[in-house]
Amino acid sequence: MILKEYKYELGKIERGYNNRSLYINVGDNTIKEKEVTQFMKDKFIGGKGFGLWYLWNAVTPETRWNDPENEIVIAHGPVAGITQYPGSGKSLVVTLSPLTHMPMDSNVGGYFGPYLKFSGFDALELQGKAENDVIIYIDGNKGIVQIMESDIEEKDSHLLSEILTERFAKDEEDKKNISVVSTGSAADHTLIGLLNFSFYDIRRKGVRLKQAGRGGIGTVFRDKKIKALVVRFEGTKGNLNNPADQGKINRTGIKLHKEICDLDDKQNRMRKIGTANIIEVMDEYDLLPTHNYKFGCHKDTYKISSDKFQARVTQGLPDGCWYGCSLSCAKAADDFIPETGPYKGQKVIVDGPEYENAAALGSNIGVFDRDGVLELNFYCDTYGVDTISFGTLTAFVMECYENGILDKEKTGGLELYFGNKEAALELLHQMSRGEGFGKIAGLGIRRMKKIFIEEYGADADFLNDIGMEQKGLEYSEYLSKESLAQQGGYGLTNKGPQHDEAWLIFMDMVNNQIPTFEDKAEALHYFPMFRTWFGLMGLCKLPWNDIAPEDNKYTDEPAKIPEHVQNYVDIFNGVTGKNIDKHELIVQSERVYNFQRIFNIRMGYGKRIHDKTPYRSMGPVTEEEYLSRQERYDKQLKELVGFDPEGKTTQEKMAALRKYREEQYERLTDAVYKRRGWTMDGVPTIEKLKEIGMDLPELIEVVKKHL
Amino acid sequence: MIQVNGKEFPWEEGMTVRRLLELKKYSYPRITVKINGQFIRDEEFDTKVIHDGDEIQCIHLMAGG
Repeated sequence: MILKEYKYELGKIERGYNNRSLYINVGDNTIKEKEVTQFMKDKFIGGKGFGLWYLWNAVTPETRWNDPENEIVIAHGPVAGITQYPGSGKSLVVTLSPLTHMPMDSNVGGYFGPYLKFSGFDALELQGKAENDVIIYIDGNKGIVQIMESDIEEKDSHLLSEILTERFAKDEEDKKNISVVSTGSAADHTLIGLLNFSFYDIRRKGVRLKQAGRGGIGTVFRDKKIKALVVRFEGTKGNLNNPADQGKINRTGIKLHKEICDLDDKQNRMRKIGTANIIEVMDEYDLLPTHNYKFGCHKDTYKISSDKFQARVTQGLPDGCWYGCSLSCAKAADDFIPETGPYKGQKVIVDGPEYENAAALGSNIGVFDRDGVLELNFYCDTYGVDTISFGTLTAFVMECYENGILDKEKTGGLELYFGNKEAALELLHQMSRGEGFGKIAGLGIRRMKKIFIEEYGADADFLNDIGMEQKGLEYSEYLSKESLAQQGGYGLTNKGPQHDEAWLIFMDMVNNQIPTFEDKAEALHYFPMFRTWFGLMGLCKLPWNDIAPEDNKYTDEPAKIPEHVQNYVDIFNGVTGKNIDKHELIVQSERVYNFQRIFNIRMGYGKRIHDKTPYRSMGPVTEEEYLSRQERYDKQLKELVGFDPEGKTTQEKMAALRKYREEQYERLTDAVYKRRGWTMDGVPTIEKLKEIGMDLPELIEVVKKHL
Repeated sequence: MIQVNGKEFPWEEGMTVRRLLELKKYSYPRITVKINGQFIRDEEFDTKVIHDGDEIQCIHLMAGG
């Protein structure tokens, strides 16, 4: 039954913008258009910037994630939807997170973002709470938006996407014109729900899923009782953005396509195995999180190495998650047959594994079993569970179990020791059913710590040391102990410890290219700003640095991949007709980055105290960890700390190392705040806001209370 | 003794770039090597000999994640 229908005039995109957005309130069935103003374009550019701005205007400091006024905003960006440059079909999703209570942003591939754009909108705001499950349908060719009651019983994304693709497509040929946004059954029962964005894979004749994984956005989606969003758009072409200079975009794209064709096999093999190419590299450099980040490598990593996955993942298909992406990293294992759960024995497509999944669902929980990782990957996706949060929180639970904080009685019989694949899968199935210990685990590490301390009498200091969350969000999958810069790359972030702001481990720990605090601070300014820019545009980060020109190594700053930075300047100018350079690119990001920081402050967070990190991210918490790398740590005590380890107990050595490392992090924090133009409490100064043109009255009003 | 990425590392007679990368367990395929500021081409890794006291940079071109 259709609850509300809204008709709109089809429009034409001009230089990357429709200049309007779509607002839908599922509580009172309001559907309306809003103007995208020049102010919005100047200050927030698009994508995540638009999402944050709309969310800012929708909520108050008192708004909680499950209040009706919380919004989910899906926005792409001015460059999104071009088909000439790889990685140009991303959507950015923003909401108040149930895990962090702050704005969360998560980027995702699939066709929804570009189709939303071609349907006439630069962003989609979803607000309110429906009484019963609803499906929202946008027909981008007819100019119709509908809110309808859901009549679908299926609760998991791989089925929902398939059913809705089938339902809204005219015929088989039309399925490629459909994209579905949905989540799964576990999003009803956990705080780590994700959103799946679909695209129809015409070669596989099956629906593929890409994930907006982080921060519980799927949980908010279900709290609003939205079953799915569906967009249909027929007529995708390479010039629908009506760019200012199509030739410039074409030339830039051709250059990168050639680079990928010539060099990918020699560099990262993205076309063969995607981001999973680095599993064994991380292991070899002692960076692969193992057993809740205690260690960085394991003797059994070869069982989940990239060649094992490559042998299972279908080869030779153009696996782009948007048209024109020749990097083709959206790999999939076809005809996979799960051994457990409701889909046991059925043939399914597993989208992945990406590196993060292999580390989270593999080494970090001790599951060195390729098909075990794939099964966990499949169920996380279709149940709507963030693989990173699931892996990291399961690793935490396993360490608690092995330390006697949890036992079979508390877990309802689950023997959650490292490596128990069956128990990890059952935990996930419990999340889907909303039962047992899965329901507790699905609350995330921060809430589990509180329960274990208050109800089970666990040692608070120990749990705070080993619980790999910060700001309420679970860490992503790199071991940062030996890289101070990466500790900052995780800790000194806006949304929590996700490496999409800065990934500096090799520059810092291995290459030693940023030895001083000032060097590290510069990197923790530049890279977060540069990477933020992808989220303003609707672009993917991977074609920036997972392929590099052959002569990149001879450039002054190879880590920045200068030629690719110029490519991005060129395609932005090519689409919009503006004339920015690489410096203005950074300022565009700074505006949104500082805005997000102030948004956090407005919500009661975003200060120095919130940037502190668990000690497991900095150094060895347990004797077992210290002793496993004793030679390294003893040497550091002697050479860096000025502490003679001779004759000292392990506890004494650990205490000296901890004191040193925690001081280093504080000094790094000082340097980074200074570089970013913030006070030593992490608050953007008014001078900084003036410098970047963000001295807006509403922002000044927030920061001045903290200066 | 040689310097590798700013840190001391034991030198051995006849040490080539390839041998150094093995000893350091630098297995990542995209590594650029400089000896005393001079780029070493990948094709020379097997033959280029490192001398005692050399300053080596082994830059992993991985901006990752």
